Amino acid sequence: MGFAEIFRVALESLLINRLRSILTTLGIVIGVGAVIGLVSLGRAVEAFIANEFAALGANVLEIRSAAPRSPTRDRVEPLTTLEAARLANPTIAPSVVQTATSYTLFGQVVAESERTTTTLNGVSANYAAVRNWQPLLGEFISEEHVRETARVAVLGLDVVETLFGSRDYNPLGVTVRINERSFTVIGVMSQRGGTFISEDNVIFVPISTAQTRLSSARTRDGGYRVSTIYAQVADETLIQTATQEISAFLSEAHGVVFENEQDFRITSSSDLLGIVNQVSSVLTIFLTMIASISLLVGGIGIMNIMLVSVTERTREIGLRKALGAQRGDILTQFLIESTLLSLLGGVFGILLAWIAGLIGTALIAELTITLSLDAVILATTVSTLVGVFFGYYPASRAANMRPIDALRFE
Amino acid sequence: MSQANGKQQAGKPVIDIRKITKVYQMGEMKLTVLRGISLQIYKGEFLSIMGPSGSGKSTLMNILGALDQPTSGEYYLDGVDVSKMSDNELARIRNKKIGFVFQNFNLLKRTEALRQVELPLLYGGVRNRTARARQALEAVGLGHRLDHLPSELSGGQQQRVAIARAIVTQPAVILADEPTGNLDSRSGTEVMQIFQRLNREKNITTVFVTHDPWIARHTNRVIMLRDGKIVADQRVKQPLNAGEAERPSEAEELQGIFEATYFGGSKEEYN
Ligand SMILES: Nc1ncnc2c1ncn2[C@@H]1O[C@H](COP(=O)(O)OP(=O)(O)OP(=O)(O)O)[C@@H](O)[C@H]1O
Ligand SMILES: [Mg+2]
Repeated sequence: MGFAEIFRVALESLLINRLRSILTTLGIVIGVGAVIGLVSLGRAVEAFIANEFAALGANVLEIRSAAPRSPTRDRVEPLTTLEAARLANPTIAPSVVQTATSYTLFGQVVAESERTTTTLNGVSANYAAVRNWQPLLGEFISEEHVRETARVAVLGLDVVETLFGSRDYNPLGVTVRINERSFTVIGVMSQRGGTFISEDNVIFVPISTAQTRLSSARTRDGGYRVSTIYAQVADETLIQTATQEISAFLSEAHGVVFENEQDFRITSSSDLLGIVNQVSSVLTIFLTMIASISLLVGGIGIMNIMLVSVTERTREIGLRKALGAQRGDILTQFLIESTLLSLLGGVFGILLAWIAGLIGTALIAELTITLSLDAVILATTVSTLVGVFFGYYPASRAANMRPIDALRFE
Repeated sequence: MSQANGKQQAGKPVIDIRKITKVYQMGEMKLTVLRGISLQIYKGEFLSIMGPSGSGKSTLMNILGALDQPTSGEYYLDGVDVSKMSDNELARIRNKKIGFVFQNFNLLKRTEALRQVELPLLYGGVRNRTARARQALEAVGLGHRLDHLPSELSGGQQQRVAIARAIVTQPAVILADEPTGNLDSRSGTEVMQIFQRLNREKNITTVFVTHDPWIARHTNRVIMLRDGKIVADQRVKQPLNAGEAERPSEAEELQGIFEATYFGGSKEEYN
C-alpha cells in the first residue's frame, strides 16, 4: 500500500475521533505555545532593553568617586575638572574622544507660587552631545554660559510639570529662583523617560555656576570638584582599553598603588546590558526547561492516548491484517496518526503564541513581540519528533499483533 | 462416507491440506486441537464444516484462512505452499486469495459501506477501487446503500457488506465462520441466497462453518469434525435453494415425540 493511502487511512481515523484528537493535542499545544511565546517575549524584552541602553550611549564610560575596597585606604580624592580635561587629552587617554562633566547637588526651585526640590545638575556644554540628550525647546548650556558662570537653567519635563502645571507649558524666558538666586530658563529637555529611574526630574545649569555660585567646589589642585566624568570612547570595542587608560591615569593622580585601593569606579552602560542579558538568558533557559517538560508531558499524553486507541481498535487491527495489511502498513498508520496529532498540536501552539504575541504587543506599548522563524521551525521539528518518538511504542504494539488474537479480542 | 471429489472436479484443488495438526501449548499442558486433517476442496465447491463446539472448526478455518500456521502438515492454497510462509507473505496471500466473512460482521465503525469494501483493494494496491467496490456491493444487492454507515444498516445488510468486501478481490475461496450465527432466520435466508447465487453464477468456492443442519442442507458437501478429526465427508444429494423451501416449524421438528399433552399442541396453534 502506498504512503498516500496509509496517510489517508490515518487521517480518517483521526477525524472519526475528532474531539479526542483535539484534546490529545492540548499538551503539545501548550508546550509549543509556551516555548515559542516565551522565547519571543524574551527576545522582545532583550531588544527593548538593548534599545534603551543604546539611547543611553553604549560607548560612554561614567567615572565616579567611590570608597576603596581595601581597608588599607579610606581617603577619597575627589574627581576634578582638571582631571576631566586631562582625560580628554589624546596623549593621556588615546581612546577617549571627549569628556563631559557634571556636578550634582540638590536645590529648591521657586517659580511664581510653585516650589519644588530637585536635582541641580551643573554640566559642561558638551554634556548634551556625550549623553545623547537634546533639548526639546530653546537651547542647552553653551561654552559661553560655562565661561561666564551664567545664571541660566534648562529644565527637565518633570520640573516643568511641577512648576507650571503642564508638560506642554513653554517656560522660555521665565525667571525661576534656585536656592534664592534668579535664573533665566533658556531651554526644556526632551523626555528621557528611563524605565528604571526617571531622569526628567532635573534642572541643568552651567557647571561653573553650580561649582561657584550654588556651592563652593574648589579643590587643592586649583580645579573644581565634579560628581561624574562622562568619557566618550571612539567606539564600543575600545571600552576595555579606555577603561584601562582612565584607570591608570586616575590611579596615578590619586596615589593609588593597588587596584583595590582605587577611590573611583568606572562603569559603562554595556556592563549593565551584559548583566541584563545574562539574567535574561538564564531566564530563557529556565523557561525553556519548563516548556520542555510540558512537551514531554504532552508526548506522554499522546503515547497514552495512542495506547488506549490501539487497545480499543484491536479488532480493527485484526481485521485490517486479515484483509492483507502488512506489519509496515499498520506501523506506518499509527505512526502517522501520532505524528499528525503532535504536529497539529505544534501548529496550534504556534498560532497560540502568535495570538498571545499580538495581544502582548497591543497591551505593552514598549514591546514588539514577533515570532522568530527559527523558533517556528524548531517547534515544528520538535513536535514532529515528539509524535514519532512517543508514537513508536504504541504503533509497534499494533503492528506486532497476531491477526487471530486481535480478531478474537473482546 | 467416501471422498466426494467426483469426476466432474478435474485439475488441482483450490485448497489442499495434508495431515494438518494444531497443538496449543497451555503452560505445562499441550492441547491437541487438530489431529491430522487432510482435505481437498475444488473450484466451485460449496462446502460446510459441522461439528460440536470445541471440535476445532474455527481452528481449522483460521489455518485455511492463513491467519494461523499449523503445528505440522502441509497446506497448498491455489497450488502455493503456505505452511512455511512469513507473516508478511501470509498477509499478501490473505489479501489476494481469501475472502473472510465473520459471524460478527467485523465492519469498521463509522465508515461508509463503499469504503469498507475498498479496504482489501487498498492493501492490495489495486487501482479503480471505487468502481470495483461499487460492483461488489451491487452484486450483493446493496447498490443503493453505498454511503451508509454500519449503524444505519440491518444485521443482514451489514453481513452483505462484509460479503461484498470478501468477494471484491476475486479471491480463490471465501471462508465464512458461522456467517448466519448472529442473524435472525429471515436475514439468514437472505444471506444464504447471496452465497448460493455467488457460488452458482460466479463459481466462487465457498467454505462454511455452521451448527445449523438446515443451513448445511443448502451446501453441496458437508464435512463432520469431531475431536480434531474428520469423521465424515459427504456430498449432498439435492441442495436446498435458500428461500424456496420453508424451514420446518418447531412443531414439525418435534413431531411425534410427546407422550402426553396437558394443553395446546394442535398444528394450527403453532403456525
Ligand atoms: N488460542 C488458543 N489457545 C488455546 N486453546 C485454544 C485456542 N484456540 C482454541 N483453543 C481450543 O481449541 C479447541 C477448539 O476450538 P475451536 O474454536 O476451533 O472450536 P469450534 O469448533 O470452533 O467451537 P465453536 O463451535 O464453539 O465455535 C477448544 O477446546 C478451544 O478451547
Ligand atoms: Mg468456532
